[in-house]
Amino acid sequence: MTQILMPALSPTMEEGNLAKWLIKPGDRIEPGQVIAEIETDKATMEVEAVDEGTVTELLVEEGAQGVKVNTPIAVLDGEGGAAAPTPPPPAGEVRAKRGEADVQARPLSQPAARPDSAPARGGASIAEPEVPAGAQMVKITVRDALRDAMAEEMRRDPGVFLMGEEVAQYQGAYKVSRGLLDEFGPERVVDTPITEHGFAGLGVGAAMAGLKPIVEFMTWNFAMQAIDQIVNSAAKTLYMSGGQIKSSIVFRGPNGAAARVAAQHSQDYSSWYSHIPGLIVIAPYDAADAKGLLKAAIRNPNPVVFLEHEMLYGAEFEIPDVQDWIVPIGKAKVRREGGDVTITAHSRMVGLALKAAEQLAEQGVDAEVIDLRTLRPLDTDTIVDSVKKTNRIVTVEEGWGQNGVGAEVAARVVEAAFDYLDAPPARVHQVDAPLAYAANLEALALPSVEKIVDAVKAATYR
Amino acid sequence: MAQAAHKANGKHAAEATKDELLQYYRDMLLIRRFEERAGQLYGMGLIGGFCHLYIGQEAVVVGMQAALKEGDQVITAYRDHGHMLAAGMTANGVMAELTGRRDGYSKGKGGSMHMFSIEKAFYGGHGIVGAQVSLGTGIAFANKYRKDGKVCLTYFGDGAANQGQVYESFNMASLWKLPVVYIVENNQYAMGTAIQRSSSETHLYKRGVSFNIPGEEVDGMDVVAVREAGRRAVERARAGEGPYLLEMKTYRYRGHSMSDPAKYRTKEEVDDMKAKHDPIDHVKKLIVDAGHADDAALKEIDREIRAVVSESAEFAQASPEPDPGELLTDVYIDA
Repeated sequence: MTQILMPALSPTMEEGNLAKWLIKPGDRIEPGQVIAEIETDKATMEVEAVDEGTVTELLVEEGAQGVKVNTPIAVLDGEGGAAAPTPPPPAGEVRAKRGEADVQARPLSQPAARPDSAPARGGASIAEPEVPAGAQMVKITVRDALRDAMAEEMRRDPGVFLMGEEVAQYQGAYKVSRGLLDEFGPERVVDTPITEHGFAGLGVGAAMAGLKPIVEFMTWNFAMQAIDQIVNSAAKTLYMSGGQIKSSIVFRGPNGAAARVAAQHSQDYSSWYSHIPGLIVIAPYDAADAKGLLKAAIRNPNPVVFLEHEMLYGAEFEIPDVQDWIVPIGKAKVRREGGDVTITAHSRMVGLALKAAEQLAEQGVDAEVIDLRTLRPLDTDTIVDSVKKTNRIVTVEEGWGQNGVGAEVAARVVEAAFDYLDAPPARVHQVDAPLAYAANLEALALPSVEKIVDAVKAATYR
Repeated sequence: MAQAAHKANGKHAAEATKDELLQYYRDMLLIRRFEERAGQLYGMGLIGGFCHLYIGQEAVVVGMQAALKEGDQVITAYRDHGHMLAAGMTANGVMAELTGRRDGYSKGKGGSMHMFSIEKAFYGGHGIVGAQVSLGTGIAFANKYRKDGKVCLTYFGDGAANQGQVYESFNMASLWKLPVVYIVENNQYAMGTAIQRSSSETHLYKRGVSFNIPGEEVDGMDVVAVREAGRRAVERARAGEGPYLLEMKTYRYRGHSMSDPAKYRTKEEVDDMKAKHDPIDHVKKLIVDAGHADDAALKEIDREIRAVVSESAEFAQASPEPDPGELLTDVYIDA
């Protein structure tokens, strides 16, 4: 008896749909034979058998939704031991340069909410001030919210175009640009060679000549090759030209740690780019902010670094169903009100901070959670006002601590509200080492709900 | 379709009219006199930081500018004063930027390496070796996107020719047939490193071969040869046939920057270039030999140029420093 297990097709896949069986009980199968097709929200992939034997039973029906990774899906009459079939390309290598997987054109499936996707619950419900009264709320993934933002702005302004690796024919390495090629054509949705330094500079040049490029990096990790053009050309030329040369350009893509992709593919650039005058830096958490802030970024006349998070792409959130949903740049959002301690976070860390706040509430600590959303310009007023109320500040970020976003927030709080503090500012961040591949070390390195809870307890002397 | 790179023989004098030759003479002389004065002001402490003079290379920008149409763009690196004057930017504005004053093209915030003029389609003036090549390719991308028929001249030096992003840009420009002309100003020294010590292939016009970009070596000391090669390249780019690479064989008389004593080459080498290959002497000879003007007429042009340059030096010293209130302007555009 050999069990065939539901395979993970990418490092971040937790479940998928069994779209099609290509075998039936009684079939003799060979290693390498395609036995099934599996869909995730990003891709459809063929699954190959690893072992040989005769199929005795299919444990999951064709069409089954949300099958968890490592669930037994079939049984073989062969030599013992459970075996997961391997997907055609090794997932790690795939992520490095080629995106996720081969993809068949089909509508986006509706993935179940992932841990990060839980909308803010508990505490006081904060009315989003930007939502018009009576607006309908609809559910949408962060991925589609980003795509909709680009599509709407491209319809609105013929100077807006998207370029990057695999953005057009492949529909985006993470499927963020799905459908854009069909609607806007290859002149406005431009596949580039793997040449980050070159196409980032080309994008800036096009912006200087008056177009409004959206430059997608497959991940921000690869943009380190292009950082000279982002900093020296995009951010500084307005100043160096005495205000003559404008660079209205958005650089966007996934930032930070995904899952098990090791140090070179897991870096958080929040503090790097937010160090630079001339850049606007945005790092949204939920779908409404992803859409509203990306639309604002595209319209903004300045260069914008837009930091997305791979682990949030498939997360679903409610978003107001209104025409032209725009979220203002430079304004933090209080996602949970509380009186005992202020927690600041951005991007994926907002989800962790909200969970920590729930746990803390059960232990009698009422935390206020501020989603920074824009890192430059940083909304100091919202943070300081909160600290004046709570008298404590805990910062959370995915990147390293030294010269980090938390260090900046702490410094501003100390400068502006020193006399209000009842405890030293506390920072939760990645440990001071390159991110490890091993699952246990990776988990130890990154911020977690528990680490946030512990830091808050320390700051509140509990 | 990789066309064989070929060398132009540089004998095109008959193709330039009297008016053209006199204009080239005037334009090249303006650059030389301007740069000499800039060197003097640098020595007096009125110009700070880096200052890279263009003396010796004047025929390149003047010849290329003569190949352009109104609206075509120019972008280069930091040895840029000649490009700006050739593009029609005023000597006053450039010199005032060199002295860091408010009437400079960048209001005193950019300096020698960072000047721009949207009006004259001059896109800088960039301080990072090779970065302007990607930027110029992007400007050409915008031209194609808009289908406006413009061509972008993208200059770089023999030093930048070994930067990776140059080839990333070549690849995309050829792949997408962008209207860009790449001009390598090969003055034979990347700072202090002779090209033989830095480049495995010293014939830089061949550097486009593996990208299907045709290349041509041009006598960069002969303004008419430059113009003719420039016209071929610009017309090809404008016709949608893609980029072209021109290697301008040229020479800078001065050091890499004002702080460079240029001890990596002999005095004899420099003197030989000045005596036998000077681009301004060359045009002067064409003019005199053809009887277009006599010595007295040329001396009158010299006097006019000297007056323009002297005025720019006075203007650049009289213009006030930027208002302290400018410190935090132009960081962002208000949305």
